Amino acid sequence: MSKRIEIKDLDIYYGKFHAVSGVNMTIQPRSVTAFIGSSGCGKSTVLRSINRMHEVIDGAYSTGQVLLDGVDLYGPGVDPVRVRRQVGMVFQRPNPFPTMSIRENVLAGVRLNNSKVTRPQAEEIVEKSLQAANLWKEVKDRLDRPGSGLSGGQQQRLCIARAIAIAPDVVLMDEPCSALDPISTLAIEDLIHQLKEEYTVVIVTHNMQQAARVSDQTAFFNLKEQGKPGELIEVASTEKIFHNPDQKATEDYITGRFG
Amino acid sequence: MTADTVTDPPGAPGALRRTSRQIGDVVFKGFSTGSGITILVLLAAVATFLVGMSIPALTADAADLPFGDFWAYVAPYAFGTVWAAALAMLFAVPLSVGIALFLTHYAPKRVRQIFGYIIDLLAAVPSVVFGLWGINVLAPLMRPLFVWLNQYLGWIPFFAGPVSGTGRTILTAAVVLAVMVLPIITAMCREVFTQTPRLHEEAALALGATRWEMIRQAVLPFGMPGIVSGCMLGLGRALGETMAVAMVLSPAAVINVHLLTSSNPNTIAANIALAFPEAYQLGVNQLIATGLVLFVITLAVNMTARWVVARRKEFSGAN
Repeated sequence: MSKRIEIKDLDIYYGKFHAVSGVNMTIQPRSVTAFIGSSGCGKSTVLRSINRMHEVIDGAYSTGQVLLDGVDLYGPGVDPVRVRRQVGMVFQRPNPFPTMSIRENVLAGVRLNNSKVTRPQAEEIVEKSLQAANLWKEVKDRLDRPGSGLSGGQQQRLCIARAIAIAPDVVLMDEPCSALDPISTLAIEDLIHQLKEEYTVVIVTHNMQQAARVSDQTAFFNLKEQGKPGELIEVASTEKIFHNPDQKATEDYITGRFG
Repeated sequence: MTADTVTDPPGAPGALRRTSRQIGDVVFKGFSTGSGITILVLLAAVATFLVGMSIPALTADAADLPFGDFWAYVAPYAFGTVWAAALAMLFAVPLSVGIALFLTHYAPKRVRQIFGYIIDLLAAVPSVVFGLWGINVLAPLMRPLFVWLNQYLGWIPFFAGPVSGTGRTILTAAVVLAVMVLPIITAMCREVFTQTPRLHEEAALALGATRWEMIRQAVLPFGMPGIVSGCMLGLGRALGETMAVAMVLSPAAVINVHLLTSSNPNTIAANIALAFPEAYQLGVNQLIATGLVLFVITLAVNMTARWVVARRKEFSGAN
């Protein structure tokens, strides 16, 4: 279920724009890794490169390797569509499909992978995924209502349920709480703690406290200087990054003297 | 508290006093309200004309009417109108949606622009030209196809014989109509498809959707109200189109579903155009009354479509 991610010498470009340069890191299975850093330093880009979602933008390409349990996601003949079925993603703003009911939203990915799910199987997946997303109790009586009728926090949990319904190996989260109120944020953070029992979780966040609360490992990204590509400055246990970082830049960022 | 519910006390401090900027608001409000009222007045004027002119024909005794009993007279034309428009939509809608999807999601940027212009150009061709094209080019081209269809699929009532010698059948007319409504529907669909929120597209892609699956999951459901609106505009044109049908079709006053024969149900609009020059007195009223029937048909079709869209409103993503 949960897989190890290794990123080796990863460079990402959007056309002529060199977005990220020379990223090397390892992410352990069943752990939460937080990407922090100021805006525009490429952390979201690196996150998206783990399920090849950055390629959605015209002209995007990358060099280097991203290995999922040793298999290169950028190897010859690898289909990005297949990659995304193993590496799920949750976005900054909740994006349930507005034309679908709550139930159909959860099943959206399942239907893509396997159109021959029987009704009882589908019901089981819906319940299990919504349970895992801590949303079941709130919506179990209105599974046929539109997903867009839920509150922002509920919608985001619905999106998490949708992402884990296809049983991915990795769950990526791109600032999943930045559009939510503090209480909804807390609900998502609790959920992230539960998710790491089963999945490898990688989360981009602008909220330093959040990174400290939810993650086991933290990666700090920064621009070396303006106009240069983003870089991975330091990656270590969250404990170390927040208390005793090796790099001066990390310390400056953490303590708020910068960025 | 809005400004116009409060009367300024005399000598209000300058910074709070009403200024001339509000004149713009007043003018604009007046203009837009006026525009709204104008469309209602125009519609009422046309409806009054139609109803007023129709009443003599509708109330007259069947024996006095030059074209005979009104309902028996209008029935084949009403059928022909709906039948021809339905056939045209059958061809035009899938093709338009396909073109719009190609333009918004598959075509490279340059092709996209050039193609867009070509589609718009198609909308600028006058219907009389389409009529000529239908008679001189399309009808002869269609005839071998008709013969083939009749030969192998003649047991289906639609393709029953005898095959028209000229090719100027309802099927040819429907194809001409389809070409005419194509740019309207395509333009509308292209517009809504480009407005699909990137967020929804990415949601589908991140679940491992292929491009086609993404279109099915995110683009088409989001665009459905727009597709329906586009189809309504197209259908309005197809129902009301006069010249092209009048030119292409070799008409009769019959109700049948044979697509390939020379006895084709004419449409209301084309029939008015063909019969009007020789109509007099009550005949004129009778023809205009058929126009009223067309008006009612179009209204009913549009309202049904609106109702279908509104029923799914909760799921439309408008919230």
